[in-house]
Amino acid sequence: MALTEAMRRTWAMTWKDVRVELRARERMNAMLFFAALVLFVFNFALGPDREKLRDAAPGLLWLAFLFTGMLGLGRSFQAERENECFEELLLMPGDRESLYFGKLAGNILFMVMAEVLILPLFAILYNLDIWPWLPGLLLVALLGTVGFSTIGTLLAAMTAHLRAREVMLPLLLFPLTVPVILGAVHATDALLAGRGLSDAWHWIQLLAGFDVIFLVVCPLLFEFVLEE
Amino acid sequence: MTQPRLLARLAAGSAGLLLACGLFLAFFVVPPDAVQGEVQRIMYLHLPAVAAAYLAFVVTLVASIAYLWTRDLRADAVALSSAEIGVVFTAIVLASGSVWGKSTWGVWWTWDARLTLTAIVFTIYVGYLMVRAFAEEPRAAARYGAVLGIVGFLAIPLNHFAVQWWRTLHQPSSILRAGGPSMDPFMLTVVLVNVCGTLLLYAYLLLERYRLESMRQRVMALRLTRGRRG
Repeated sequence: MALTEAMRRTWAMTWKDVRVELRARERMNAMLFFAALVLFVFNFALGPDREKLRDAAPGLLWLAFLFTGMLGLGRSFQAERENECFEELLLMPGDRESLYFGKLAGNILFMVMAEVLILPLFAILYNLDIWPWLPGLLLVALLGTVGFSTIGTLLAAMTAHLRAREVMLPLLLFPLTVPVILGAVHATDALLAGRGLSDAWHWIQLLAGFDVIFLVVCPLLFEFVLEE
Repeated sequence: MTQPRLLARLAAGSAGLLLACGLFLAFFVVPPDAVQGEVQRIMYLHLPAVAAAYLAFVVTLVASIAYLWTRDLRADAVALSSAEIGVVFTAIVLASGSVWGKSTWGVWWTWDARLTLTAIVFTIYVGYLMVRAFAEEPRAAARYGAVLGIVGFLAIPLNHFAVQWWRTLHQPSSILRAGGPSMDPFMLTVVLVNVCGTLLLYAYLLLERYRLESMRQRVMALRLTRGRRG
């Protein structure tokens, strides 16, 4: 009973964010346009050499994912901050955990949606054949996104109250999520090189372990971040 | 003299004594390393700094948990002081490691597992200090700091495994390993003297920094009450 209550609250939180996004379309538009730009700029930075681009592809793909995700995370408490309704957010009944999981689900949803759209664009621009390995790639993308967003949501709530917040989120988030970056890039590399899931397996385990640990720890700490 | 002041003096005195003996032995008495030669003496600075840095971050972790538990600002003062000193020691580890690496591996920096881990830890705790500086009110700074002190420390073992799989070039750990230390007993003694000296130096710095932080907290509190009255 208590669990279904909590899930209902979580869903209410997520649905609020999704609805705001459906009406304003601020976040997804910015994220997608930014991702496309990033993919273009990488091309200029590395030159048109196809072989070189192919070698760098897993890293570039994840940089595009993470920069885009960072942009989305930065916006995740923006509406509440700009309209000064953090207090109203805190009035939500029930545990703070449902608030956290609601925000987290929204952040994961937006980031995964952006990734699903970035992936084909990436394949076309960099001339890569990703389709045979799509299920594996999506699994890695999901695990990486969850890991990045667990800490990301916690830190976004924190940095929303700081001066210099736009700078502070990436500054804090990237060092803490190095395992996610390494794991995701190497798993993607193994998949794109055609070495299959078994070769990427220990990286996938690392990603899953990271996700589990921070899915437990971050909701517990979230309560202390959003205290008035 | 009050008791904490006496304690600080004691720590400073014994740290100075131990480090003077330890560094004298390290630079003038211990024979140069059979393979690496004179440059290996950096180890007598490098290893103790590693020990002090990790101890500092463990203290930050414990004090952070204690702060969230008790909401006692003294715990927060300990966490902040310790993190600051830890960052300084980590910087010493990076700098001395760089010099050592230049003469043994031929490069200032290489993306070896432990070097990378140290750099990551450094950035995590620099971030910690920045959050505290950018928070708008002291209570928020304490809460955010405590949360980061916990998350940051938890990220260290995960980062450790990740970069370990990624690559490793560093010489294997020479003291903490299965089958006992691989070091000459005399060298080991000198290292341990330096480690003890450095940990005492850490204790001294912590006590002094804690005293400063408590005074700062008191000044802030006084300002607040005066502001309310007037």
